[in-house]
Amino acid sequence: MTEAFIYDALRTPRGRGKPDGALHEVSTLGLAVSALTALKQRSLPDPSLVDDVILGCVDPVGEAGANIGRAAALAAGYGDSVPGLQINRFCASGLDAVNFAAAQIMSGQHDLTVAGGVESMSRVGIGASGGAWPVDPSIAVPSYFVPQGVSADLIATKYGFSRDAVDAYAVESQKRAAKAWAEGRFKPSIAPVRDCNGLTILDRDEHMRPEADMQSLAALKPAFVMMGEQGGFDAVAIQAHPEIERINHVHHAGNSSGIVDGAAAVLIGNREAGAKLGRAPRGKIRAFANIGSDPALMLTGPVDVTKKLFARSGLSFADIDLIEINEAFAAVVLRYIQAFDLDPDKVNPNGGAIALGHPLGATGAMILGMALDELERTDKSLALITLCIGAGMGTATIIERV
Amino acid sequence: MNLTQFRLETDADGIALVTWDVAGKSMNLIDATMMSELKQIVDATTSDAGVKGVVIASGKDSFSGGADLTMLEASGRVFAETAAREGKDKAMQGLFDATSKLSRIYRKIETCGKPWAIAINGACLGGGFELALACHYRVMADDDRTRVGLPEIKIGLFPGAGGTTRVSRLMPTPDALQMLLKGDQIKPAAAKAKNLVHALAPRSDIVAKAKEWIKAGGKGVAPWDIQGWKAPSGKIFSPGGMMIWPPANAIYRRETFDNYPAARAILQSVYEGLQLPMDLALRVESRWFAKILRSPEAAAMIRSLFVSMGELNKGARRPKNIPPTAIKKIGVLGAGFMGAGIAYVSALAGIEVVLIDRDQAAADKGKGHADTLLSAAVAKGRSTPEAKAQVLSRITPTADYGALAGVDLVVEAVFEDRAVKAEATAKALAVVGPDAIFASNTSTLPITSLAENWPKPENFVGVHFFSPVDKMLLVETILGAKTGDRALAVALDFVRAIRKTPIVVHDSRGFFANRCVLNYIREGHLMLMEGVPAAMIENVARMAGMPVGPLSLNDEVALDLGWRILQATKADLGAQAVDPSQEKLLEEMVVKLARHGRKNGKGFYDYPDKGPKTLWPGLAELQPGHVDPDTLDIAEMKQRFLVVQAVEAARTVEDGVITDPREADVGSIIGFGFAPFTGGALSYIDFMGTKNFVALCDRLTAKYGERFAVPALLREMAQKGETFYGRFGGKQEAA
Repeated sequence: MTEAFIYDALRTPRGRGKPDGALHEVSTLGLAVSALTALKQRSLPDPSLVDDVILGCVDPVGEAGANIGRAAALAAGYGDSVPGLQINRFCASGLDAVNFAAAQIMSGQHDLTVAGGVESMSRVGIGASGGAWPVDPSIAVPSYFVPQGVSADLIATKYGFSRDAVDAYAVESQKRAAKAWAEGRFKPSIAPVRDCNGLTILDRDEHMRPEADMQSLAALKPAFVMMGEQGGFDAVAIQAHPEIERINHVHHAGNSSGIVDGAAAVLIGNREAGAKLGRAPRGKIRAFANIGSDPALMLTGPVDVTKKLFARSGLSFADIDLIEINEAFAAVVLRYIQAFDLDPDKVNPNGGAIALGHPLGATGAMILGMALDELERTDKSLALITLCIGAGMGTATIIERV
Repeated sequence: MNLTQFRLETDADGIALVTWDVAGKSMNLIDATMMSELKQIVDATTSDAGVKGVVIASGKDSFSGGADLTMLEASGRVFAETAAREGKDKAMQGLFDATSKLSRIYRKIETCGKPWAIAINGACLGGGFELALACHYRVMADDDRTRVGLPEIKIGLFPGAGGTTRVSRLMPTPDALQMLLKGDQIKPAAAKAKNLVHALAPRSDIVAKAKEWIKAGGKGVAPWDIQGWKAPSGKIFSPGGMMIWPPANAIYRRETFDNYPAARAILQSVYEGLQLPMDLALRVESRWFAKILRSPEAAAMIRSLFVSMGELNKGARRPKNIPPTAIKKIGVLGAGFMGAGIAYVSALAGIEVVLIDRDQAAADKGKGHADTLLSAAVAKGRSTPEAKAQVLSRITPTADYGALAGVDLVVEAVFEDRAVKAEATAKALAVVGPDAIFASNTSTLPITSLAENWPKPENFVGVHFFSPVDKMLLVETILGAKTGDRALAVALDFVRAIRKTPIVVHDSRGFFANRCVLNYIREGHLMLMEGVPAAMIENVARMAGMPVGPLSLNDEVALDLGWRILQATKADLGAQAVDPSQEKLLEEMVVKLARHGRKNGKGFYDYPDKGPKTLWPGLAELQPGHVDPDTLDIAEMKQRFLVVQAVEAARTVEDGVITDPREADVGSIIGFGFAPFTGGALSYIDFMGTKNFVALCDRLTAKYGERFAVPALLREMAQKGETFYGRFGGKQEAA
């Protein structure tokens, strides 16, 4: 089987996903073009070599609709010959884009593919694309649909994570992210977003709150109480997990992933394509897997998919130097650490989406890039990247530095 | 046109008045003849150039109670026969064509081009109200006797003749879903406010008012057939729709545990219908209706909650040779919670009550219970101060047994103690004499033994009420070994007078209901001792269809009572008659910890002054071990809760306590809330199949013990392929 190498990985900074966020003035297309252009400038002297541009996008409607992949490739000047594709596996879309690209290379059908993702949550809005799952009774009812926040609180209740535990995790995420920026760890991989004149709009992650501490987080009210109680979702969660008497609502904006705008691009190719580009590979894709699990618990898919991935690849946590798991909610990470009895220092060492934000379709590609950077910085070898996904899915990828 | 159910007269203004008046029936019901005649009327009035518009009204006190359910039952039979003869596809198409016919006729009215107005008087329910909804203008009599509504959901069906689709187009989606899923009857003012009718008028003017609308140029077009019509809640896939539908689906599950296919079909029909043009929306509604009509839940609920309950209420088990007694005055011995409740419901039904207790203060306190309930009803606008005063005036509290003179019946509801009961019985006997009918409201003591206190035991009967008496519909009427027909007849006349539903059972420890209920509670106790989390026991029991979990229920009826019953059982029947694990649990809770239930504020639950009750955290320490909940088989847990009650119900049939399966079914649903969608404790077995049920019990017996062992009767029935209704269901006529 052909090996799929990672030649480069870049991301835009993440802007607060609100009208007062720095990237609100930049369209979804503009965000994607920023990432693709930066990749072209740094690693793609001849973009016509690219066989495909695969972008993850979770609400692909309006300005993000109708295949943002092709539009972004054209607008970024990759040339008419480069096709594009948009995929959607909710929060793991960016990582699945990388995996799809790797599969194209591994199968020998493509030589060079750009993978990544984009989401302007401030402009398109989470949930803008609708969907049958929460709405159509024929699927919502039998699959125990509950909103993700209620699932996160269900996980905290079921596995015993107190409000203090999730808040402490959030404080740590903020500290780690602040330290990473302070030491300049992120800078090489950040592609600043610029205006039509070349002026910088944003060059630094905007969502972070390094000053957050236990006291300030304690002041926040749990966000999903009303939804859970009045919307009937607590009852649904309990019917799915009837050993629970009542849901302990612990999550709020301060210990959940931030709503942000951003884009990412990763260059995946075979050895020959690298030679043509004159680039040495930075890493390679060792293995990846997808899974579905209990849709009500929803966000524990990383546990299930990790087991599957290890079973398929023959690897185990003994081989893994570093874990990047998306901080959708603090309890997601805490459950993952608990399930595998992991050393917390090996998990998200530079913080995660609680501090930095989670631009849905792009995050998977972003944290894969962060993992690669960290392997290089610490001179380690293997990293596992995984994300929890709506409707109970999970995606995981193991990369190796070369 | 040969009309037998309708009269058709066209007046000088060209308005055809269609009067629905089925000969020889007190109520207009929709049947095959009605459909055929209504279709002819639509065709004739549409093609008659002389007819400008149509008004439809009832020739009776009320408009219509809806469809004749025997017609719907027959459609199931035709389906089964056609399926056997011509295959399932053919049968399904036939069923769909037949069950969508009414909807298509109603749509014909709506689109015929001429204005149709309806004059609604009295009850206008189900298919009757669906006819109204298909008319272009609805006038409703503005009086207390007039109600509209779509109550189909209460018997496992849903409005399938356009009602679901039209209601969801008339009002905002949350209101529409609430109306369809609750099935409430709606009073005139509310119906007008909800946009369900266009106008209210005095009963005598409704036809004139309907005609006026046509004369004034009313158009024969439904709002949704006009270009540019928009649904009241807008599009489903919109920000507004996202606020409505995900919670609607969640609340549906919260309220039904997804046990009621008809309720799910309402959600689905509304969801799909709102995204379709009217004709397609109606077709989708018809598709779901045909599916629900074939569901075992609908068949079971129609049989138990409509047919059987109606028959029992009409006195199906009453001895026919005894002339009816008009109960005008009763005596109630004991003014405690039960006695006071019996006095209240009797007075409410217009019966004079002599309420007796040891002293005047105790008797007055019992009457105070009625005062409290009536005052609450007045405060909620359900009664008036005058009505309250009238009801209270019927209750005479006293300590004087002499006041019993002239009563039609004595109901004894004193403390459950043989000596106390004997004393009260003797005092009453001294006044009313042995020829009077004496009924004991005992829940635990055999009637045959209590009847020894009455010189003529043929006049002694049991009437077992359930608590709280004002809410619980069931009365177990208990035949002692010597109870005679007259005592039974008078007891049933009394139960009918107070508008409760009677079941007639023969004497036995726990009679019928409590035998099943105690098994249910014990199953909860045993699961707890197996190490199942307490919350899981409670939640899974409710998921199985029970109204409250076994631990909650035990808290309500009191743990110390359970402990006493256990000790009494042990004393009477030996140590092997009780489960040691259950005994250990109750001993810990009652004897060592004094946790008696809600009454002393601590049982399986804690009862804080503020906020909801919560499971007592100490339960985990009482458990000998703990089971990982993710390894538990929830489907099997649900079966345990229902099977342990159903197998006891089967034993009551074998014991001769229950002689008519209708009584076990109705009694189990309204007496202790046995999963209504099953049709009751014996229907649960019949619909599962006796053979399957026996196999399930054998499996559970091997795994969990003898409490699941089937009686010989059931094993024999399984071998012969019999059902309870097949073997014991010979229907007695209503008296």
